[in-house]
Amino acid sequence: MSPVLADVLQVTALIAALALVHRPFGDYMAAVYASGRHLRVEKWIYRSMGANPDAEMRWPAYLRGVLAFSAVSVLFLYLLQRVQDKLPLSLGFKPISPDQAFNTAVSFVSNTDWQSYSGEVAMSHVTQTAGLAVQNFVSAAVGMAVAVALVRGFARSRTGDLGNFWADLVRGTVRILIPISVVAAVVLIAAGVIQNFGDIHTIITLTGDKQAISPGAVASQEAIKDLGTNGGGFFNANSAHPFENPNGFTNLLEIFLLLVIPFSLPRTFGKMVGNVKQGYAIVAAMGIIWFLAVVAVTWIEYAHPGTASQIAGGSMEGKEQRFGEGPSSLFAVSTTMTSTGSVNSFHDSFQGLSGGVLLLGMMIGEIAPGGVGSGLYGMLIMAVIAVFIAGLMVGRTPEYLGKKIGTREIKLAACYILITPALVLIGTAVAMALPDGKEAMTNIGAHGFSEVLYAYTSASNNNGSAFAGFGANTPFFNTTLGLCMALGRFLPMVFVLALAGSLAEQQPVPATAGTLRTEKPLFTGLLVGAILIITGLTFFPALALGPLAEGLAA
Amino acid sequence: MNNSVVNTARLAWAALRMLLVLTVVTGVLYPLAVTGIGQLAFHDQANGSMVKVDGQEVGSQLIGQSWNIEGTDKPDPKWFQGRPSHSGYDPLATGSSQLGASDPRLVKAVKEAKEQVAAFNGVPESEVPKDAVTGSASAIDPDISPAYAQIQVKRVAAANGLSTEAVEKLVEDHTQGRTAGFLGESRVNVLELNIALKELAGN
Repeated sequence: MSPVLADVLQVTALIAALALVHRPFGDYMAAVYASGRHLRVEKWIYRSMGANPDAEMRWPAYLRGVLAFSAVSVLFLYLLQRVQDKLPLSLGFKPISPDQAFNTAVSFVSNTDWQSYSGEVAMSHVTQTAGLAVQNFVSAAVGMAVAVALVRGFARSRTGDLGNFWADLVRGTVRILIPISVVAAVVLIAAGVIQNFGDIHTIITLTGDKQAISPGAVASQEAIKDLGTNGGGFFNANSAHPFENPNGFTNLLEIFLLLVIPFSLPRTFGKMVGNVKQGYAIVAAMGIIWFLAVVAVTWIEYAHPGTASQIAGGSMEGKEQRFGEGPSSLFAVSTTMTSTGSVNSFHDSFQGLSGGVLLLGMMIGEIAPGGVGSGLYGMLIMAVIAVFIAGLMVGRTPEYLGKKIGTREIKLAACYILITPALVLIGTAVAMALPDGKEAMTNIGAHGFSEVLYAYTSASNNNGSAFAGFGANTPFFNTTLGLCMALGRFLPMVFVLALAGSLAEQQPVPATAGTLRTEKPLFTGLLVGAILIITGLTFFPALALGPLAEGLAA
Repeated sequence: MNNSVVNTARLAWAALRMLLVLTVVTGVLYPLAVTGIGQLAFHDQANGSMVKVDGQEVGSQLIGQSWNIEGTDKPDPKWFQGRPSHSGYDPLATGSSQLGASDPRLVKAVKEAKEQVAAFNGVPESEVPKDAVTGSASAIDPDISPAYAQIQVKRVAAANGLSTEAVEKLVEDHTQGRTAGFLGESRVNVLELNIALKELAGN
């Protein structure tokens, strides 16, 4: 079988699997968040924290819950890293330095999972499982909770109530993330991913060399790392490490895991607003952008125009033999288009133009399909903008799902889409203006600039992947990238929840002949166009200096 | 003012309790349950798919190794060689070169690797496959392409005093196709191939 045919079959199998679970899984998630019942374990959780899961919250209260929980999480994770040497199962690792511990804590709480450390020589068993992996679950559940709150804003009327944050957080974790993770983790172990709490174990090879074999609770972390679109690798090599991703099957399973919630949430949205066709329009827009990027990157990687790749005869630098160019490209696009950031191959060594597509995937705000929850709310904000643009064109007051998009709503949406570009461009500019930027580059010229641009794009959009030649473990980068991750995660949530509150208070307007039909393909096209134009106008100058300059020179 | 401080403290306390409870559930119970199932049902895989020769662990099936002459950084002609690794196959230093596809240093490294591999195996440079001259993502890639294994056959056979046909057959037996026929790439596991080679050569 030719590699291209194998890749086509692989993408087809992936799309078929995602399509198969879309309806049942999307409906299940809708039922979870609408359920009036509490499981026994949930009741125990609510009792031990003293919350009433049935108390409705208005948007400021919901936001305070999100922020309080996240702030406490940052502090806890910071402290855990600082004292890891005094806890059991430390593997002899030292405490993490203050700036790096801050960076890592913010990184995992904000669902970014940017890593300026190498897991196999830095993080103890306890830090990995009781610190980092816990945030893999709960940061994902927080993202889903905020998305559900926004959907309730569309679905409800003449109320300010958006649900209960604690209940949404617990349900997302207990009823959605844990069950799937358990099954996925066991399958991963069966396929070769390790799961133990042993010590670093030295063996003598046949040549008489010594080799150290790493231990770890890898499978349990791998499952939620992908399912929760987190992306923080247990090891430095992330999903390229054979203990995290041992073969072609686990590779496809991991790609499926990182796409399954983001691509199913539009169904949940459609179900909750009482019109599943609205969900199809959204998922179509996500799917189109994701698919175009898969085709582009795979094609460029096989064409391998880079000078070194031409001499080598293919684009295999930074890729594993068991994956090859095709499955590596599929993983790369899926991880940058969700907010995952795990990698099975190193993006720094991809062809210049492929790197540009991966960057663009993050720059469109990670909405195709985006991170768990954050992808849906980001896409709904873009839908609001698209509706607004359409309204301007025909001179009508724009409305979406029966809710008027008035001055307040469009201001909030506009603030949302300004945050990450501001963080990315200002962050990159500051780093380039100071000596720190140049010192951190592994590469030179346009590609070196791409490394810095990629770092700020990845952090501000909560992706977490890197052009990993970039030497990010300095106080300057740990601090500025940490701030970008925190602001890039929580400021948008403020505007999303404020928008949800303002939508929920409205009385819906009945649809008339003049209403824009947002469940039709025309709207999907308008949405895709609006996304690409807004992102293109914002980032084209920066892309021209980096990946475009490199790609066209080769 | 006073009231809002009290409220904030109350909220933070509630959030902390929630975090601790969820830490118990997702950070203790979940990994322990998965470890329990894994250790019982898939003991070998859960502990690293270790490979034994004469009762001694000689490596993990999943972790690539260096096959240099003992104590040097020169490749040993009697073994099949893996892909270039900038860390010398140290599992505590995983990751790749991170060099861009047109970077002058990568161009130089690929050129040198190509010359070295061609000379070492006595084949023309045009026969050297891409995986033989590029560093992997993990630096501990356990596999090589079937093409790279094939160009090593003559050299390995000569160094071990074996017939080319016998070694060729060995490579064929250890070539794994794509998982389920279409997932990933076809490959040869270097450690397993070398263990079989050692048995065949009887050394």
